Amino acid sequence: MSTPTEIPEGPSKVELAPGVGGGGEIPSFDVTLKVRRYDPEVSAEARWDEFKVTMYGTDRVLDALHKVKWEHDGSVSFRRSCAHGVCGSDAMRINGRNRLACKTLLKDLDTSKPITVEPIKGLPVEKDLIVDMEPFFQSYREIMPFLINNGHEPTRERLQSAEDRERFDDTTKCILCAACTSSCPVFWTDGQYFGPAAIVNAHRFIFDSRDDAGDMRLEILNDKEGVWRCRTTFNCTEACPRGIQVTKAIAEVKQAVLSRSV
Amino acid sequence: MSVNSEIQAPRSARIAPEYMRNKGRKGNFEMYAWLFMRLSGLILVVLVFGHLFVNLMLGDGVHAINFGFVAGKWADPFWQVWDLAMLWLAMLHGTNGVRTIIEDYAEKDSTRFWFKMVLYVASAVIIVLGTLVIFTFDPCPANASAELLPSFCPAP
Repeated sequence: MSTPTEIPEGPSKVELAPGVGGGGEIPSFDVTLKVRRYDPEVSAEARWDEFKVTMYGTDRVLDALHKVKWEHDGSVSFRRSCAHGVCGSDAMRINGRNRLACKTLLKDLDTSKPITVEPIKGLPVEKDLIVDMEPFFQSYREIMPFLINNGHEPTRERLQSAEDRERFDDTTKCILCAACTSSCPVFWTDGQYFGPAAIVNAHRFIFDSRDDAGDMRLEILNDKEGVWRCRTTFNCTEACPRGIQVTKAIAEVKQAVLSRSV
Repeated sequence: MSVNSEIQAPRSARIAPEYMRNKGRKGNFEMYAWLFMRLSGLILVVLVFGHLFVNLMLGDGVHAINFGFVAGKWADPFWQVWDLAMLWLAMLHGTNGVRTIIEDYAEKDSTRFWFKMVLYVASAVIIVLGTLVIFTFDPCPANASAELLPSFCPAP
């Protein structure tokens, strides 16, 4: 055993201002949550309900919704599963922007005013913050979001170079939360547009070197309601909680459709 | 509390009918429309700014514009073609742009249809009349009364 040449560093210590993180007290504040309520079993009209709750600096909008549901009004309905920004269940319109309730810290919002929480737009509301996702998933299914390979099935995994993998890396991050599609003004009009999410997931396979059905997907998206309805308003890119460059992906699919037929 | 019996069980895989897409419309029309918008836009930048530069800045500039100036330009096949290209590209570019806006903002198919019909008729009238004027323009028509004619016309 050799003698160490360097004296090992001692455990690190970070000086924190009193009241911030560490062992200090977490700051708490009062917030007003203004929730869009809709219950077709009671009334065909939607309404706003306000709840005043005391929350902490480490809390997210989802925690505030939980507090409301568990302590104030058990009838408030919303979807959430993992609560950590991976499952894509709790996309909602918070202060007019599509975000995941589980990734939006209350302290980052203006807590001096009521925080508005609405269901995402463009899809039929079923109850409170829950929308019917079926039209969204139908578009997703139509672009065939699975590997299609005409070659022989290998006995081991399908190998791919790091560069080929990098080509579609950005669009593999999608969690199908519908924040992009439901932020798109073209989708709001009549819900006919395939929507950014379907195109992003088509992009993931179109540019995958192992996939052989790129042409079929391009043909599907060359539809009247396909990529050509994109007006590049960038709402989808801004809404994506995963930071996917959605509008760029759509533009790349447009280019692919063009270079295939022109 | 009345219970609405039309509420379906969740996850019944039923898609609200207004979201069903019409299938079967094949073709590349939307793709070519998209491409045309980009190309015509580029060409129009050249045509329109060339037009403005020649009319407003060259020579006496804006003070030179009068009936005779326009008549002189349209006597030249180069400016006839220039103005024709500008008319057609601008009209088709604008019409397609308004068509897009109608598609995006009209919610009912019948509203869409009628807005588009009005748009297409208006565009067709302007394109036909404009083309006619560019090619048949005659500053000194025969048999016109002398006081209506510009000074450069030969005496009848």
